[in-house]
Amino acid sequence: MGGLKTEEFIVNMGPQHPSTHGVCRLMLTMDGEIVKKIEPVIGYLHRALEKICENRTYAQCIPISDRFEYVTAMSCNQVFSMAAERLAGIEIPERAEYIRVIMLELNRIASHLIFYGVTAMDIGALTPFLYGLREREAIIDLFEMTCGQRLTYNYIRPGGVSKDLPKEFVPQCRSTIAMIKEKLNDYEGLLNENPIWLARTKGVGYLDPKLAIAYGVSGPVLRASGVDYDIRRDDPYSIYDRFDWKVCTRPNGDTYDRYLIRLDEIKQSIKIIEQALDGLPEGNIKAKVSPNFKPPAGENYARVENSRGELGTYMQSTGEKKPLRVKMRGGSFCQLQALPHFGTECFIADLVAIFASLDIILPEVDR
Amino acid sequence: MNGIIAFGELHGVFAWLYDLLASTGLSQPWLDVVRYTVLGAMMFVVLALIALFLVWWERKIAGHIQQRFGPMRNGWHGWYQTIADAVKLLQKEDILVDARDKMVFFWAPVLCFVVAFLAYIAIPFGEGLIVADLNIGILYIIAITTFTSISLLMAGWGSNNKYALLGGMRSAAQAVSYEVPLVASILVIILFVGSLSMVDIVNAQSGFMYNWFIFRVPFGPIAFVTYIIAATAEANRTPFDIPEAEQELVAGYNVEYSGMKFAMFFLAEFVNGFTVSAIAVTLFLGGWHGPLDGSFLPSWVWFFLKTFAVVFLLMMFRWTYPRLRVDQLMEFAWKFLVPVTFANLILGAIIKYAGWYW
Repeated sequence: MGGLKTEEFIVNMGPQHPSTHGVCRLMLTMDGEIVKKIEPVIGYLHRALEKICENRTYAQCIPISDRFEYVTAMSCNQVFSMAAERLAGIEIPERAEYIRVIMLELNRIASHLIFYGVTAMDIGALTPFLYGLREREAIIDLFEMTCGQRLTYNYIRPGGVSKDLPKEFVPQCRSTIAMIKEKLNDYEGLLNENPIWLARTKGVGYLDPKLAIAYGVSGPVLRASGVDYDIRRDDPYSIYDRFDWKVCTRPNGDTYDRYLIRLDEIKQSIKIIEQALDGLPEGNIKAKVSPNFKPPAGENYARVENSRGELGTYMQSTGEKKPLRVKMRGGSFCQLQALPHFGTECFIADLVAIFASLDIILPEVDR
Repeated sequence: MNGIIAFGELHGVFAWLYDLLASTGLSQPWLDVVRYTVLGAMMFVVLALIALFLVWWERKIAGHIQQRFGPMRNGWHGWYQTIADAVKLLQKEDILVDARDKMVFFWAPVLCFVVAFLAYIAIPFGEGLIVADLNIGILYIIAITTFTSISLLMAGWGSNNKYALLGGMRSAAQAVSYEVPLVASILVIILFVGSLSMVDIVNAQSGFMYNWFIFRVPFGPIAFVTYIIAATAEANRTPFDIPEAEQELVAGYNVEYSGMKFAMFFLAEFVNGFTVSAIAVTLFLGGWHGPLDGSFLPSWVWFFLKTFAVVFLLMMFRWTYPRLRVDQLMEFAWKFLVPVTFANLILGAIIKYAGWYW
């Protein structure tokens, strides 16, 4: 093939592409089927959420935070409320803390179920997508029953939660997680040992732990590279220290491990929810907080472990009823900025698999 | 050609029609022209209906595998959904890219559509129910179906789109790779039949079910499995659907096609799926013969039952498996399928030479 002239060409993957999970654009320099260089182009979904927050009271910011990362909107509510509560020094009732943990973990499961389906679909298996969404539906029903919303909940608010759990919540929640536990076997049976699945994911897209830490990668992606780090344990918030659960890690850092760790985490979340349901106390669900509360001047950074890694909110108050500055930090952004450094020199099909395994969500990248 | 028509056997009807045509006193070359024109038109209509049915059927199967219903709104269980879709696609604007290669862009779907149907000239649908019993039947079918990948390559090239080009290149690479094991697994059967004619191949499997080539151990089942794998790749179906891998190449070779041109690719894909299944039935599953000697159903019913069963198998693959990567696909073809099929061919030759078969 000596005389044949070949040249690299650029493919714009996205912003309209089935597997960029939204409006992400990756400029790929390709040598035939091999990806040589990745250049993410972001900002298609920029809505100036941080700026909008500066013009609203703290309570009014909560619905904005829902839009920040809509797949796990509960975490966004939580981290925003946490930042505001720490600024204002609000104590949260015991029952509210339990409800929050239940909701956060349910939402984590819902998010990982979407991950399961979407990743499988990106690798070409079309059926798991429907399976993942089917089980997620049951969780969404629980949310709808509690706060009336299915996607943007506006449920966790400074001081507690907006509504108490309905009477039928606890039994239905128990049956839902029992059902998910059972369905997890199906999930594992469908993909875990499927030779095509293994060929497509094992050893694909190795993320070095050092590189991951250098780029601020967090959450399941980091833990799949063998780094034992989970904010729920290492910077405890809410009441996670009361439950018996463990941080899952996987040693290999490839796409397969990033897939498995999500299933592991679903199991851990189920454990947490079961304990929280058992220990759910009676009492108030909300501390007395004025709608226009004015935290004293100061600044604060709160962070939670989201299904996509560290979700943080930096908040600065001047003693007014509106924050002076709000900064949000999402895990997706860091994972996307690490992608060009470990997702190259592979086939375009691998890139799709790697991209899916990072579980990036674009509103969190673009804000 | 006259005589007692067996119950439900269509070839009697065709013989009667032929006699009717002959009785009009048409002279010979024109008689054949009229006959083949009518047969061709009938074949086209039947296959177009089958393709429409398969689209609906696949959606229903996909739905039930995925715990939903699939199309339900239009008619009983959405039976005319695909007809409505086809009519919609007919009415759609034909969007043309300015940078296209005009000739290639136009002829690609036409070629794809036409060759998909041409294969059926040599496929026996039932006893005596074949347009032309070519003495090179199976060779003709393999040769003509290979044109599909040329049309995909043309579509990829003519669209002047990078995704489409990647899809077209993948299709060409895949066709070249999988043609080899496909032909090698068919050769075993031809070795035993001693004829390339499709009718001869079916006749060699008459009698009880154990005469079907799939049950002739050891070479038969191996050849069947390798054939099914290679045929899945030939028909561009998951797990080998890399030319149109939606998640990687958006839609692959047909990304720039819209309206009826897209529909032609789409229907041709389903016709191809039916073709490879029909060949599998003819070669391995006894063609139009029932499982017992002396059939209680008309021969064409057996043929369609078996073919739809094989199509069902292909559909089950599609909705269960992830997609292979392009290099893994090649590796699988050259490092596994080709050696296995050739070993099987040698095994078959030894068995044939030694006479250890029934």
